[in-house]
Amino acid sequence: MQFDSFSALMAMGGHGIYVWLVYGISFVVLLGLLVAPLRRDQQFFKQQKMLMRREQHAKQQVETGS
Amino acid sequence: MGSPRWFYQISGYWLPWVAVVAVSLLLVGAVWGLVYAPTDFKQGDSYRIIFIHVPASAIAMAGYMVMAVAAAISLIWKMKLAEVVMKCCAPIGAGMTFISLVSGSLWGKPTWGTYWVWDARLTSMLILFFLYLGVIALYEAFEDNVSASKACAVLSLVGSVNIPIIYWSVEWWNSLHQPATIKFTEESTMHIDMLQPLLVMIAGFYCFFGLLLLLHTRSEILFRERNTKWVKALVAEDAN
Repeated sequence: MQFDSFSALMAMGGHGIYVWLVYGISFVVLLGLLVAPLRRDQQFFKQQKMLMRREQHAKQQVETGS
Repeated sequence: MGSPRWFYQISGYWLPWVAVVAVSLLLVGAVWGLVYAPTDFKQGDSYRIIFIHVPASAIAMAGYMVMAVAAAISLIWKMKLAEVVMKCCAPIGAGMTFISLVSGSLWGKPTWGTYWVWDARLTSMLILFFLYLGVIALYEAFEDNVSASKACAVLSLVGSVNIPIIYWSVEWWNSLHQPATIKFTEESTMHIDMLQPLLVMIAGFYCFFGLLLLLHTRSEILFRERNTKWVKALVAEDAN
C-alpha cells in the first residue's frame, strides 16, 4: 500500500485530478464500447420478434380467409 | 468454417471465458497500479496514468493492424467475416485512440506543463484517430455493404503506413514524448514493481479488445444475416 489514507489516495500528491480523470474517462469509454453491442442485440431480438409475430398474424388471416 | 454462422456459434463458447479473464486482469492491474505500485521519484503519482496510457496506445495500433489485415483478407478472398471484423475494429480502435490521446494529454500537463504539443508522436496518433473516424464515416456514406466494405478496406490499407510512423516517431524526430520503456530486445528501463502491473494492464487491454471485437462482430453478423434460417431460428428460440 502506497497511501496512508483514503484522502491521500484521492490526492495522489497533488496530481489526483489528472490521474482520476484518466481512469474515469477510460472506464466510461470502455463501458460504452461494451454496452453498445449488447443493447443493439437486445433491440435486434425485440424487433425481429415483432416482425415474426406480424408475419404469423398475416399468414393466419390468409388461411382463415378474412 | 469461416462462415458468419460458424463464427457466431464458436464465439459464443469463447465469450464468457474472455470476459472473465479480461475483467479480472483489468481490475487487478488497475488496483495494483493505483494503490500498490511505488511512487515515481521524478514524476510523483501522475505517472500512474501510464497503466492506462500505454495499454490503450498499444491496442489503438494493434487494433489498426487487425483492421488492415481483415481489410486485405476481405479484398483478396472476399470473405464476409473479414468484412465484418474490419468494420467492427473501427469504433473500438477509435475509442482506444481517444483514451490514448486524452490520457496522454492529462499526463502531459503535470509532467511537461502542457496538454498538447504538435510533435511527431502526438500528431501521428491524432492522425490515427482521424483514420478510424474516416473508416466509420466512409462506411456510413455507402448504401450497400459491398461497396462500403471495399472503400473502407482500401482506406484501412493505405492508412496503415501511419503505424510504423507512430511506432518509430520518438526515435526519428526529437520529441517531448519519452521513448519506449518496455523493450523487446534489451532489458526494460522500468522498475520491476512498476513493470508488473503495467504488463497485467496490457494483457487486460488485449483481452478486453478481444471481448469487444467478439461482441461487436457477433452483433453485426446477427443483423446482416437476419433473413437467414439460422438467425430466424435463434429469434424463435428467444421468443419462447
